Amino acid sequence: MSTTGELAVDVIEAVPTQPWHKPRAAQRRDVLTYLALAVAAYAIVMVTGVAGPDGWALVFFVEILLLTVLRSRGIGRAKSTNAIVSTVIGAGAVVAFAPWMSIFVSLITKGFHGLYVGYLFNDMRVTTPDDELNMGGVGHALIGSMLMVLIATAITLPLGILSGVYLTEVRGRLTKVVRFVIQSMSGVPSIVAGLFIYTTVIALTGSFSGFAGALALSVLMLPTVARTAEEVLKLVPEDLRAASYALGARQWRSSLMVVLPTVRSGLTTAAILGVARVVGETAPLLLTSLSNNAFKFNPFDGPIASMPMYIFGLLQIGTEYSLNRAWSGSLVLMLIVLALFVTARRLGGKDKR
Amino acid sequence: MSALTQVETESESSKGNGIIMNEMSASGATAAVAKRPLGLETRGLHAWFGSHHVLSDINLQFPERSVTGLIGPSGCGKSTFLRMLNRMHEFIPSAAMAGEVLMNGSDIYAPEVDAAAMRLKVGMVFQKPNPFPAMTIRENVLAGIKLANLKVSNHDGIVEDCLSRAGLWKEVKDRLDAFGGSLSGGQQQRLCIARSLAVEPTILLMDEPCSALDPGSTLRIEETIHELAEKITVVIVTHNMQQASRVSNYCAFFLSDGGPGVLVEADATRKMFTNPTDTRTADYVQGKFG
Repeated sequence: MSTTGELAVDVIEAVPTQPWHKPRAAQRRDVLTYLALAVAAYAIVMVTGVAGPDGWALVFFVEILLLTVLRSRGIGRAKSTNAIVSTVIGAGAVVAFAPWMSIFVSLITKGFHGLYVGYLFNDMRVTTPDDELNMGGVGHALIGSMLMVLIATAITLPLGILSGVYLTEVRGRLTKVVRFVIQSMSGVPSIVAGLFIYTTVIALTGSFSGFAGALALSVLMLPTVARTAEEVLKLVPEDLRAASYALGARQWRSSLMVVLPTVRSGLTTAAILGVARVVGETAPLLLTSLSNNAFKFNPFDGPIASMPMYIFGLLQIGTEYSLNRAWSGSLVLMLIVLALFVTARRLGGKDKR
Repeated sequence: MSALTQVETESESSKGNGIIMNEMSASGATAAVAKRPLGLETRGLHAWFGSHHVLSDINLQFPERSVTGLIGPSGCGKSTFLRMLNRMHEFIPSAAMAGEVLMNGSDIYAPEVDAAAMRLKVGMVFQKPNPFPAMTIRENVLAGIKLANLKVSNHDGIVEDCLSRAGLWKEVKDRLDAFGGSLSGGQQQRLCIARSLAVEPTILLMDEPCSALDPGSTLRIEETIHELAEKITVVIVTHNMQQASRVSNYCAFFLSDGGPGVLVEADATRKMFTNPTDTRTADYVQGKFG
């Protein structure tokens, strides 16, 4: 900065602003407007024949739409169209989001009071479904689910990654056939997967088992893992393959040492998405692993409990406490799936080094 | 047109020009140039993508331990030609070819040739730096050895030697365990050069290695090319006429006038830039088109 005496320089402190956003005051005014409209809608529901939460939501939406139309007079065609379409699409988003919120809230409110510390560590061997909620728990089902999902992952992860490699790296003659089979497998109803294992494995061995359950889950898990692996492998730049071939690498060494390590985190995501896909499956387990009431660590030793079967069994009994237990089990299951998805997203985002 | 005869005419004319490129002036006599053993030779080489004929009848010779620059406007088939020299052309599904590429006198496209083993002898540096992102700097340099499953002791020695020859050792010697992607573009390209040197190729193909780099990195890589040419045969595609004149001993000018690309002229770089035989070469190197 020059200090030439005569030239007085007005130093204007620069304040960071975001002129492309609505000012704070306007935002606050909008929130208040919406609150007022909500109350008005409530009043209309009370006074007129329109009834229930659905009626309230409808009235609220109509009010907002009217307000938008009124406000958009005289601001130009493009702007007014933008405002009205935004309102309609916003309402659509809320409608789409509502069922998810509703499930989440009811799981928490109904499942919460069945939870206690021992819930995760106890089984139902000495507890009947109608006992007080501070007895028994979901531990045996957690162990059973974990065993089956682990076995299913051990089976499907190598298979899924290999088929991904076949589709993107080898690109052999059967590429189209393999892709078609994977796509149709992902459309197989889960009960059919269970029936398939029932008629093959169970009919052969003559006994329900955790291993049979794991096989049924594998049938459902494989297409998810294979497709995700394929998508992830497609993202590997062609440059890297070219570079490794130019170094004199053979194809399988190039895939194993260059391509797969590059997408390590993406493949982890594929595995987690596969697990999340099957951890809540009930139908295939109904015909393969069945259920039991006690801790069991051997997947080859007869029927074994799992989270979905635990919930299903308690729901069928239908008494107050058994239903409570079913809700708590559902809450635990949902939290597990949620944790899996969050982990998958975290790992997936880390791919760029 | 025979490149061999071109090489001879070139060196006769070059005598009168006084200073020729380092190598050439050192060897001096006409015969020495002609007798220099060939690292690589193409005979009647054609290339197609589907029914699109992109290169026609290329006959070109690359003397051992020299730098040959491939010049010509975009789309004249230089890169395709380069990729045919180490059989990278065949990875494009619709690609087809005719003719021969002779390495030490034998055709690399012969049915009994193992393409992967052949590529071990022919290094390649790409237009865009492409270090392996999941590997550290050290692992990147050793990648070729690992990928080709070569048995080598003294890994540290190789890493230092290759990085030094690529002019990168001083900058990265304290962070060999950092990932390759953490380097700047110019450093990444030099890492790729080091990577291709680790398997000790006798031929190095470079596809516009400096097109994405700043002048400093470019200069450093050109120095590296000069050093490399003392030991191995280098073929470099470049769009930069100054670079071609700085770095190469020989130049080959490719051109396509709508049809497949052809080799217009190949000669010593000095002659190509001062007294080319073909007027189209003269126009191109003087920047009248292209």
